[in-house]
This record gives sequence, structure tokens and C-alpha cells, in this order.
Amino acid sequence: MAQMTMIQAITDALRVELKNDENVLVYGEDVGQNGGVFRATEGLQDEFGEDRVFDTPLAESGIAGISIGLATQGFRPVPEIQFFGFVYEAMDAINGQMARLRYRSGNTVSMPVTIRSPFGGGVHTPELHADSLEGLITQQPGMKVVIPSGPYDAKGLLIQSIRDNDPVVFLEHMKLYRSFREEVPEDDYTIDLGKANVVREGNDVTLVAYGAMVHSALKAAEDLEKDGIDAEVIDLRTVMPVDFDTIIESVEKTNRMVMVQEAQRQAGIASYVVSNVQERAILHLEAPILTVAAPDTVYAFTQAEEVWLPNYNDIIEKVNKVINF
Amino acid sequence: MKRSLENIEEQFETFQILNEEGKIVNEDAMPELSDEDLKEIMYRMVYTRILDQRSIALNRQGRLGFYAPTAGQEASQLGTQFALEKEDFILPGYRDVPQLIWHGLPLYQAFLFSRGHYHGNQMPEGVNAFSPQIIIGAQYTQAAGVALGMKKRDKKAVAITYTGDGGTSQGDFYEGINFAGAYQAPAIFVVQNNQFAISVPVEQQTAAKTLAQKAVAAGIEGIQVDGMDILAVYAATKDARERAVNGEGPTLIETLTYRYGPHTMAGDDPTRYRTEDMDSEWEKKDPIVRFRKFLEEKGLWTEEEENEVIEKAKEEIKAAIKKTDEQPKQKVSDLISNMYEELPAHLQEQMEEYKAKESK
Repeated sequence: MAQMTMIQAITDALRVELKNDENVLVYGEDVGQNGGVFRATEGLQDEFGEDRVFDTPLAESGIAGISIGLATQGFRPVPEIQFFGFVYEAMDAINGQMARLRYRSGNTVSMPVTIRSPFGGGVHTPELHADSLEGLITQQPGMKVVIPSGPYDAKGLLIQSIRDNDPVVFLEHMKLYRSFREEVPEDDYTIDLGKANVVREGNDVTLVAYGAMVHSALKAAEDLEKDGIDAEVIDLRTVMPVDFDTIIESVEKTNRMVMVQEAQRQAGIASYVVSNVQERAILHLEAPILTVAAPDTVYAFTQAEEVWLPNYNDIIEKVNKVINF
Repeated sequence: MKRSLENIEEQFETFQILNEEGKIVNEDAMPELSDEDLKEIMYRMVYTRILDQRSIALNRQGRLGFYAPTAGQEASQLGTQFALEKEDFILPGYRDVPQLIWHGLPLYQAFLFSRGHYHGNQMPEGVNAFSPQIIIGAQYTQAAGVALGMKKRDKKAVAITYTGDGGTSQGDFYEGINFAGAYQAPAIFVVQNNQFAISVPVEQQTAAKTLAQKAVAAGIEGIQVDGMDILAVYAATKDARERAVNGEGPTLIETLTYRYGPHTMAGDDPTRYRTEDMDSEWEKKDPIVRFRKFLEEKGLWTEEEENEVIEKAKEEIKAAIKKTDEQPKQKVSDLISNMYEELPAHLQEQMEEYKAKESK
């Protein structure tokens, strides 16, 4: 076991899979000698050669498009979109093409592509770097979307994503890259996609979160405990498909729920999760499900970012509302 | 100061071997083709013209779905495909069903594709191709990826993809040829310039005098070919393929051609944007007419032979459409089971819901 940051755990996962499977290819803008703008691919080109870890021309649609072609030749592509705000350039190649190839080949062609990309607020980026755009992908049938909340999960989920035979968008919150370390096994291990993780058990209210918001939810839960409110925190890990069984089981116990996401209220997956939970568990609910989310504006890059981003105080406020309903 | 566009048309002058009168005008470039090959080429062109006529009729009877007519483009479509080997991978546009058929897709499956049935998209074992692309140009970046993969696997094969004149305006067109150039990947990019993107003429599509010259910016070979001359199309593709598998990189081939029919059978009316004069000018260039003259001159083709092909095509099409009708209709549950390798829980629930509806 080693203490790793999330970025180290991601590099480690890539190394494990490059070693395990000669069909794995890692590529994108600046991922070669430069090791990626966040150093996620640091040292991998030297270790595995330019044939398997390589730079691409600067064009996101091309990066996603060649992944489709490479998959037809038996490769398992792991491309990087340098910042997820750039994904608009590749939307047809991902949602219009990659996601549909299993259908479009009558289930004869798989697209085992894992698109890695940094996203997420709080690190003072320029425009279209920090936006939470997971909802664009979760709305496309055929895609899976994974968002880890820390180093241990990142490694296990990334290895599992690369081994998955369907296309996965793997989103890495920039604020989590180096903010803390965790014990991470050095050999390979996997975490199932589509399975949520109960990161804190509690009886009074269920907080459902993913990515960096898991930590805000945990912090809120600690404060709430002082007021005698015992919150359960669920880390979704995978936001498509969503593990409703784990959420429903929790809500049946706590009878109250707050959905937490960094994305705007109209974006992300909150609406999808909440509508499903109320359909399945309305008779267990003592209060409406409330949502903590960012306001429905463009991302507040640099200016007003700290207020714009949902935080643990927003969560506490909503929890108090559902408790006192 | 040298201006870059000064001699651009000379640099991309149209490559022709067989002229409108069926005469060889470029003996040096004549590809090596046996008499048998020449007859096979004629057979395929006549067959494909009949297939187009029957497909239009079947569409009008409501027995086919989406259909993009092919008449006029046979030399561009079949000449490129005839230069391929079985291991080459085709990424077609929506009008490029004939190439798939001659690469090995059974006719009844092509009809199922037209009807939107997933079985039409299931390439038989050994048929290296995607089903036809709907989004203009999306296949260009994918072709670069297929070719890069072939290079990494040390395959002696190429990826070939098709779009039209309008497709060369798309970002994916540039990204595709640029990626393939940067990686020196064995790809052939075919632009069938049939003069109109639905209704917009090529002169309004771009200031470029030729579409082949777009290759220059990507640093790859480009050639403009008489797309009504199947010998020229074949020779250009064969040359591109040879260079590609020898590691000399990708090629952009522009074929000058014309679709006689509408854009698709979904209500397009070409009289709104083309004149009869223009239609008849292009009909004079017809690929089958000139090739017939050429073969007759060589004593390789007779009216009886042609009639035999026509009858054979009609019979096979009739049998294929019968087989198409026999295929079980596509169900929502088929769609659901084609979304993921393993059904996630939410789709399992929806599967049960639709299976119940379907069993009623």
C-alpha cells in the first residue's frame, strides 16, 4: 500500500492497464513527453513507448473519432480530453457515434473506449474548463459516466472502466487531484461500475452526492451530527447508470433525502435521480426531496466562484428544511 | 511574391483515362485489368443501375424506407471499391450502399438497413465495414482511426471512406485528413463531388476551385478524377491503396460526378435547383454508356449479355426483398438489448415493461 493523491492513483491505474493489456492505448493533447497538463500520464510514454502512449493533433472531435476507428482494430482506447469544457467539440463523435455503435452494428461491434477528462470548479480556471457537463453524456443512451471522489476509488473505477466493453466518460474533479492522499493498493483491483458507495451511515437523512460534493456532504454531516442529526452519505461513483437500489434502501431507512451536485440545477443528474426516487419511494418520504445545486447560469469562472459553487453550508440549510418539514 | 492559387487548377487537373466517347485518352495510365475484370466491372455497373431503379420503385410502393439514389455515381462508387481487397475497411456515407454490397453485404440486409432494421447493420463475418453514416463527415475521423489501428497492427490494408462535396466543409473532414496525415495512416478519403449538397451548388460551398486541393493543407496527396470514368477512378484508388499500404500515407480523391435522381426519396425535388440542360450535359458523360462503347469496341460486350445481367439483377432483387419481408420486425426490446453489453438495472426494468407490451 502507498499513500497516493488522486492524480497519482490515476497514473497508476493507467500503468496497470497498459501493462495488463497490450491493446490499451493512451493518447490526447500533450499526454506524450509532457505527461499531460496535470501529469496524469507522467512517465508513461517512456515506459510503454510512443506506439502506445502518444500525442494527438489538437482537435477533440478527431481524438474521439479515431477512438472509434481504433476500437475496430481490437484496441482499447483511453483518450484524454484536456478539459471537459472542450467536449462540445467532440459531442457528435461521442454521443452521435461512439454511443450508438453497439446498436448501429446490431451488437456486433463494441466500443471499449474510456474518455478521461478533468473538470470541476474551485481551481480558478478560464472559461469552459471547470463546467460540470456530465449531464450531456448521461442523457445519451449507450454511454456510462464515472466520477470518482478520491484516490482509492479513482484507481479501481478507472481500471474497471478501461476493462468495460462499452464507452465510458471518466470525469476527474480537478480540485481532488492533489487535495488529499489515501491508501491505494499498488497492484490491480477494480470497483464495479453502477454501484454506489455508502461513505457514512446515518438514520435521519440521506445525502446523495458525487465527485467533490461527496466531501462537502461529509463535512455537512459532521456539523449536523453536533445538532443531533445523523446523516447518511451516498457517493454514487457512477452517475450513469445510477445505483437506485442503494439510494432507495437508504431512503426507506431515513425517510428524507437531499440531492447534492456541483452542476447547475438544470444540468447534472439531480432531476433524474430525484424523479426516480420519488417514483419508487414516495410513501417512505416524510418531506420533499430537496436539491443542492449551482444556479442556472454559465460557470462563474474566477469571479464569484466561491459563492456560485454549492458548499456544505448550502447542504446544511437544505437538510434542516427537510428535517423540519 | 508567388501567389499560392495561381496554378492550382493545373496542379489538380482532372485525371481521365476513358472519355465520353468510350475512347482511351491516357494509354499510359491504363490499369492492368483482364478482359474478365473489365466484364465484371460492366456487370457490376449495370446491376447497380438496376438496383437503383428497383429501389426507387420499392420505396414508392412503401416497401423500402430511407433511400439515397445512386444512378450516375456508379463509376465513383464501384471503381473505388473494385480497387480494394477483402481486408480493407469501408466507412460509407448514406449513398454508399453499393460499395457495401460489392464488399459482401447481402442485398436483403441492405434493404433491412433501408427499413431501419438492426440486422441490416450486422456486417457478416469477414466484411470489414461500418453501416452507412448519416452525419455528414463523421466517418472521416473514424477512418483515420481505423487506418491508424491497421498501421499499429502492421496490416497491409487500408481504410476507405466516402463523403460528398458538402462534406468537405465539415470540421470532421479536416480533422480526419489531418490526423491521417500526421500519423501517415493508410487511409483513402473519397469525395464524390456530385455538384450539389442537396440543393447548394459546389460553387457556393467553397471558394476552392477543386476539392482535391484541400489535401495540400493536410500535407497529403490529392487527386481530382473524372468520376464518370471507372478506369480512372479505379486506377487512382489502386495507386492510393498501394502507396498507403507501403507506408506512404493517405490520399484524398475527388471524383467529379452527378446524381441523376433526387438527394433522397424523402421529398427532394431537384428541379428546384438544377436545370434540364445541366442534367442532360451530365447524362452525356454517363459511366455505363462510355464503358459499354469501350467494351463493345473490344468485342467484350453484347446487348444479349447486358439483358442477361438486367434479368439476373431483377430476379435477385425480387428474391432479396422477399427475404427482407420474412425477417421478423424489429422490436423495442431489440433496441434495448443493443444498447450495452450487459443491461444496466434501469434498462432491465424497461425491458420487462416492453416485453410485456410486445407479448400482448
